[in-house]
Amino acid sequence: MPLVVSENLKAEVKNLSFYYNQVQALKNVDLPIAENMITALIGPSGCGKTTYLRCFNRMHDLYPGNRYQGEILLYPDGLNIVDSKVDPIEVRMRISMVFQKPNPFPKTVYENVAYGLRVRGENKKNLLHEKVEKALRQAALWDEVHDRIDDLAFNLSGGQQQRLCIARALATDPEILLFDEPTSALDPTATLKIEELIMQLKKEVTIIIVTHNMQQAARVSDYTAFMYLGEIIEFDRTDKIFTHPSRKLTEEYITGRFG
Amino acid sequence: MVQEKDQRGLLIMRHNEKITQEIRRRIAHNKFRDHLFWIIGLLSTLIGFVVLFTLIIDLFADGFPRLSWSFLTSYPSRFPEKAGILSAWVGTTLVMIVTAAAAVPLGIATGVYLEEYSKKNWSTHIIEINMNNLAGVPSIIYGLLALGLFVYFLKLGESILTGGLTLGLLILPMVVISTRESIKAIPNSIREASYALGATKWQTIKDHILPYSIGGILTGMIIGLSRAIGETAPIITVGALTFIAFLPSSPVTSAFPFLTFKWLFDPFTVMPIQMFNWVSRPQKEFHLNAAAAGIILLLMTLVMNGFAVYLRYKFRKRIKW
Repeated sequence: MPLVVSENLKAEVKNLSFYYNQVQALKNVDLPIAENMITALIGPSGCGKTTYLRCFNRMHDLYPGNRYQGEILLYPDGLNIVDSKVDPIEVRMRISMVFQKPNPFPKTVYENVAYGLRVRGENKKNLLHEKVEKALRQAALWDEVHDRIDDLAFNLSGGQQQRLCIARALATDPEILLFDEPTSALDPTATLKIEELIMQLKKEVTIIIVTHNMQQAARVSDYTAFMYLGEIIEFDRTDKIFTHPSRKLTEEYITGRFG
Repeated sequence: MVQEKDQRGLLIMRHNEKITQEIRRRIAHNKFRDHLFWIIGLLSTLIGFVVLFTLIIDLFADGFPRLSWSFLTSYPSRFPEKAGILSAWVGTTLVMIVTAAAAVPLGIATGVYLEEYSKKNWSTHIIEINMNNLAGVPSIIYGLLALGLFVYFLKLGESILTGGLTLGLLILPMVVISTRESIKAIPNSIREASYALGATKWQTIKDHILPYSIGGILTGMIIGLSRAIGETAPIITVGALTFIAFLPSSPVTSAFPFLTFKWLFDPFTVMPIQMFNWVSRPQKEFHLNAAAAGIILLLMTLVMNGFAVYLRYKFRKRIKW
């Protein structure tokens, strides 16, 4: 199974293994991440797709006993972001993440979006205003919240909160944006909005999305990787995987025979 | 259940009278127990409430007539009707300031360290168990420790500083525990959101962890101070005076730099000691003075607790999780 893409590479996973203490959760996985494309990770619960995604911004470093082996090369510079010599904070400054449940800070809408910039020491009011507005527009939230930018983020609806989290992740101009089942806590209308937004955003940023919803993967992504028990079973263009999967296991999963 | 056949000859099930009665009997039995516990619960609550209420009424009946402006602004005296609690309430206030200044920064830093920095291994586990048990150590033990440490070893004297530090030690575990509890209440998703934006540990703590837990931390601090304000044993152990007819030196001076910390090393007394002193005298009039001082002490505690409720409301109303 050749893991190749025709576009420029934004990142490339080579022979990556990941361990929670003694348990190996990812087994020598490879994956090319095409620039300005959406790559979806699908698979049944417990297959390691979220674990995989969280390697890309070194979230596992927050908890003891976790260990990476192998490489995730970030292009153009070819930095191995899972190398223990690379500071996880540097990785997180280049690669943003949107979580499963909307998790805004109990601060104002404005301060939520501005926080990533503040972390980077940005204090100039004009620049902050500009970037906050830009990010909220990118996240298709500006029209809804521009007159209550100083309201608490908790007063927004669930879908708005998730778009706020997307704006927060975008404000720092990340190179890759990670989505971890971003619509699993949302209703169908809000889900549709987020999906449209994700498809819009690929013009500006490379996207990796984990989803348990196969239709969502089919709708939004360009490439899909099907994972099972910590391994990548199949990787291909999304249309190919959902119409002519080459592996039996993939076919069984996408036709709903397990998972 | 009885089985019957309907017109079409299909088997149907129907409850019969007997079973319905059995169910009702059982419900009645359970409901009786329900009522029984309701009565036991109410009686238990009333016992506590009535005893406390009687105590307070008694205290007010005895002490209220003695309350006056001069009672608050007079020093203790041989004559009960001239005696007041000036040195006692000033001493209590100053000791509380030292207590808060010592216990709060130390307690918050410890709580934050244990929750956010320390690895979860056997040594932090031991610290944790110790910390929880320290909150239950009798206060006189703290007094003995403080006598050895602050008075004899560090030579801080039988001073306000020693008294404040002693009570600070006493409430330190409470501040630590309340800090940890309110930090624990912050969902992990908030931490991850902060780290995912590239924040360091300290940025996460100062921008999120502390601001979101400050309501709970302050509440713990005030509950600790409310306990400290009534403590007598450790304060007597470190040598507070029982009769004192002067005030500590003023913290504000007319000469540069206008602030002085000389008061820290002055001898002092506190409210509970003054009360104890009066109660132990034979004259009935002094007992009334003690009751009046008790009302003031109760009010001070009440004000602090009210303040805690206010802080909790103020800081938590915008945080929902």
